[in-house]
Amino acid sequence: MEREKQVADKDYRVPSACGIFGMMSRSGRRFDGSLIIKAMANMRERSNGLGGGFAAYGIYPQYSSLYAFHLIYDNDVAKNETEKILSLYCQVEKSEPIPFRYTKRITSAPLLWRYFLSPKKNADDDRTEEDFIVDLVMLINRKIPGAFVASSGKNMGIFKGVGYPEEIGEFFRLDEYEGYIWIGHGRFPTNSVAWWGGAHPFGLLDWSVVHNGEISSYGINRRYLSANGYECTLFTDTEVIAYLVDLLVRRHQLPFELMAKVLCPPLWEEIERMPQEEAELHQNLRIVYSEALVNGPFAIIVGFKDGMLGLTDRIKLRPLVAAEDEDMLYISSEEGAIREIQPSLKRVWMPTAGEPVIGKIGATSYATEHYIS
Amino acid sequence: MPLSTIFPEFKIIRDKEKCIACQVCVRQCAFEAHIYDPEKDEVYSDDSKCVGCHRCEALCPTDALNIIKYPFDIKDNKNWTPGILNDIYRQAESGAIILTGMGCDKDYPIYWDRILLNASQVTNPSIDPLREPMELRTFIGRKPRYVEVERSQERDTVKVKTQLPPQLRLETPIMFSAMSYGSISFNACQALARAAEEIGTYYNTGEGGLHPDLYKFGANTIVQVASGRFGVHPDYLNAGAAIEIKIGQGAKPGIGGHLPGEKVTEEISRTRMIPTGTDALSPAPHHDIYSIEDLRQLIYALKEATEYKKPVGVKIAAVHNVAAIATGIARAGADFITIDGLRGGTGAAPQVIRDNVGIPIELAIAVVDSRLREEGIREEVSLIAAGGFRKSSDVIKAIALGADAVYIGTAALAAMGCHVCQKCYTGKCNWGIATQDPYLSKRLNPNIAARRLVNLINAWSKELKEMLGGMGINAIESLRGNREHLRGVGLEEWELRLLGIKPAGEGW
Amino acid sequence: MKRIYIHEEYCIGCRLCEIHCIAQHSRSKKLIKAFKEEFPRPLPRLVVEESGYISFALQCRHCEDAPCLSACLTGAMYRDEKTKAVLHDKDKCVGCWMCIMVCPFGVIKRDENNKIVSKCDLCNGEEVPACVANCPNEALEYR
Repeated sequence: MEREKQVADKDYRVPSACGIFGMMSRSGRRFDGSLIIKAMANMRERSNGLGGGFAAYGIYPQYSSLYAFHLIYDNDVAKNETEKILSLYCQVEKSEPIPFRYTKRITSAPLLWRYFLSPKKNADDDRTEEDFIVDLVMLINRKIPGAFVASSGKNMGIFKGVGYPEEIGEFFRLDEYEGYIWIGHGRFPTNSVAWWGGAHPFGLLDWSVVHNGEISSYGINRRYLSANGYECTLFTDTEVIAYLVDLLVRRHQLPFELMAKVLCPPLWEEIERMPQEEAELHQNLRIVYSEALVNGPFAIIVGFKDGMLGLTDRIKLRPLVAAEDEDMLYISSEEGAIREIQPSLKRVWMPTAGEPVIGKIGATSYATEHYIS
Repeated sequence: MPLSTIFPEFKIIRDKEKCIACQVCVRQCAFEAHIYDPEKDEVYSDDSKCVGCHRCEALCPTDALNIIKYPFDIKDNKNWTPGILNDIYRQAESGAIILTGMGCDKDYPIYWDRILLNASQVTNPSIDPLREPMELRTFIGRKPRYVEVERSQERDTVKVKTQLPPQLRLETPIMFSAMSYGSISFNACQALARAAEEIGTYYNTGEGGLHPDLYKFGANTIVQVASGRFGVHPDYLNAGAAIEIKIGQGAKPGIGGHLPGEKVTEEISRTRMIPTGTDALSPAPHHDIYSIEDLRQLIYALKEATEYKKPVGVKIAAVHNVAAIATGIARAGADFITIDGLRGGTGAAPQVIRDNVGIPIELAIAVVDSRLREEGIREEVSLIAAGGFRKSSDVIKAIALGADAVYIGTAALAAMGCHVCQKCYTGKCNWGIATQDPYLSKRLNPNIAARRLVNLINAWSKELKEMLGGMGINAIESLRGNREHLRGVGLEEWELRLLGIKPAGEGW
Repeated sequence: MKRIYIHEEYCIGCRLCEIHCIAQHSRSKKLIKAFKEEFPRPLPRLVVEESGYISFALQCRHCEDAPCLSACLTGAMYRDEKTKAVLHDKDKCVGCWMCIMVCPFGVIKRDENNKIVSKCDLCNGEEVPACVANCPNEALEYR
């Protein structure tokens, strides 16, 4: 509670406009971060230097079986407290500072550390390994003042901070990492309180979420998540979306397409026009997951270990464009950012409201799969 | 006859210049407050009989009548007000409990008027319901925790595996409260039923059974089972779309119902299955429910009787321990809980009970919703709020506090013409609503009444959409329980805490 | 033709129809003036039938096969070609009361003051007759 209070006072649920970008190699080819930094720089207008960040998948192949925790610490006390907890619950295989270089504009930073962990779960603990990790992340974020878990997935990491995205990319030396999916975010918050943990992407397990928008259903989404064991400690809209995705896809086992339909359900009048079986599916989803409906303007890109998903709200109040070439899928706030790094595209399209763009490693098509014929 | 000290409540002002002695007022007043003098060809009035229903005023063709409060000025006294004195005079003469009708009219805080709504500016576009879809559809009933789907590999399709328990589908989150045939006229019941059907919502039979002519509205009917079990039989239970067990009523928590014998006409006796002319007394408690496990048995007995095809809910009055009682009801297997607040109406109740027992519905909704969530059983039960909803903004605030839908009673009666004179218990309703007197009940033309009800609900629904759109929300479920969109003004710390809302001026 | 239909189940016996009928057929067409200043007061052109709680307002039915037309000695009773309403020419009426004798509904009345008959004229071209327009419970309908 105290932690909640503290963070709430600091910032969050500050309305913000944003630029978002995602790119992935369908074949799983790894490439360095310089491309996405260039794309984000193209959308500089969409951020104001108060937050930027990146998620990258496939960057730690040598530790791919371990959970990579990226931590942001305000001070040494927080670091010591966190490390005590980490070694209590996990085998810490490696612990090191996250490499960075100061840039012209970023001349100070909190303590940035990463750990490669394998969970020490008791045999009689009937939680899944993922739930164990989720609980650990929640524990640190909630209980230890000045400590924040920025990412907690395998073979992936989130790099974020206060600054323009291209500066953050330079600061974290992302040109030295190679990943097969990159997701970026530039933030335009309406006030100047800046905290590195509040930047995007937001991550939990393998999920990373970047988000442009303000969620009018936040109050009820948060209460719904709370009833399902997710405590929203950051008071950011993005956190809500990350938890919803985790709940729906990992715990409730919904396919991505249906998860998107929970977040952005079709209108009742559309459901009524569907064939009976499909109508029943969508009606049941809407009735059961009414509190998971995400209302208000948003465009999101969700990254996960074998793909990414782009989605806008049910009436598309935020921009989102998708494009593909032979191997790559791009999702972006602006087409210009994609063309900046790949002028010769095979296809460029505007996803309609609430219609997800889903790319999966090894899949042949990026269009939404229609499960019911 | 000894001197009566009771003074009139109203004064009938008749403009002699305008009065044409047409006697419309004489014919309209069931309380006989207007008298025609054929010798003088003049109409005069007896103030002491006037109940302030304003029927004569509304029908007077020359606007010659004006009913005003009786100017009874005693020496200024905050303690011994004219109203209090009159009650004492009345009881000193009768030795009886003072009966009344409608809901509590005392000056307790109305929290709806202390809560403000949010709207979008700049960072989040508001939505115009005239140009964009805006959805109010609401489902009442138990919801599963998740939806399970079955994937078929070869056809690359998904099929839904989770079957939903029975649900009520409301096109707008407003229903008509329980008002029995007996307490209100057949025409009033019929108007409510027809309006519910047209709007796509539900009306509630109250504990009066269901008249055979109203069975055709079954798909929009919630049938009630109360402590008197009047008119309850298998056909009745199966006729409705849902069943509501009535434990308590906001106007009279802890008190049973009383339909005076004069109102028990032949039709009512048939519908209620009681002898004509006898008082219909429903006991204060259900005598087969002395505890929560007994309630569970009745819930499941009713579910068995209707083959688990209909939601079964429980209605209680909002009392001090309402949150714990509501969780108990949810755990007992109810599909919905109706909570009737302090201001809930009635056809007849002792005034002392009506005005002094229960808690405001605003606080009750907030604490029940919060408790159900704390216990992790919110989705197992829908929450219907009742008791004094006056306008669409009350409704939307109730939903943001956590109610799934609301019941309106008095507002529906007012749409039909009720002027809230609180004389329902006399059976002499001049507006033809709360009466079984054939001279009076025909005054309510169900065509007009149903039309006015539909108009009211449609108007409120449009307003709900406007307010939702302003908050940047296009589906009502995104506001339900979303207290972030509410702010309190002029409320104490403890009130804000119980309501679960922040004070006005505080951001996210 | 457009007729006045009666829904007796909704007639509340208030007699506003009668009152407004009188005013409509007064010189001033003003309620208060018609009742307080114009004497003799015009007769209502309709009757309100009452038995217990059942009541309804009855006016000339403007029958297709109207016996009053054949019974009228002077041709005062006639059918308006345009509206098909059965009307009454007071200049031709001699007050023989034959129409009253044959009317199956009893809706033609004696106007003793003028020694002619008085009956519903559907308010002579008003869009809605006064009795219908002023019925507070839609017990009269004009269609």
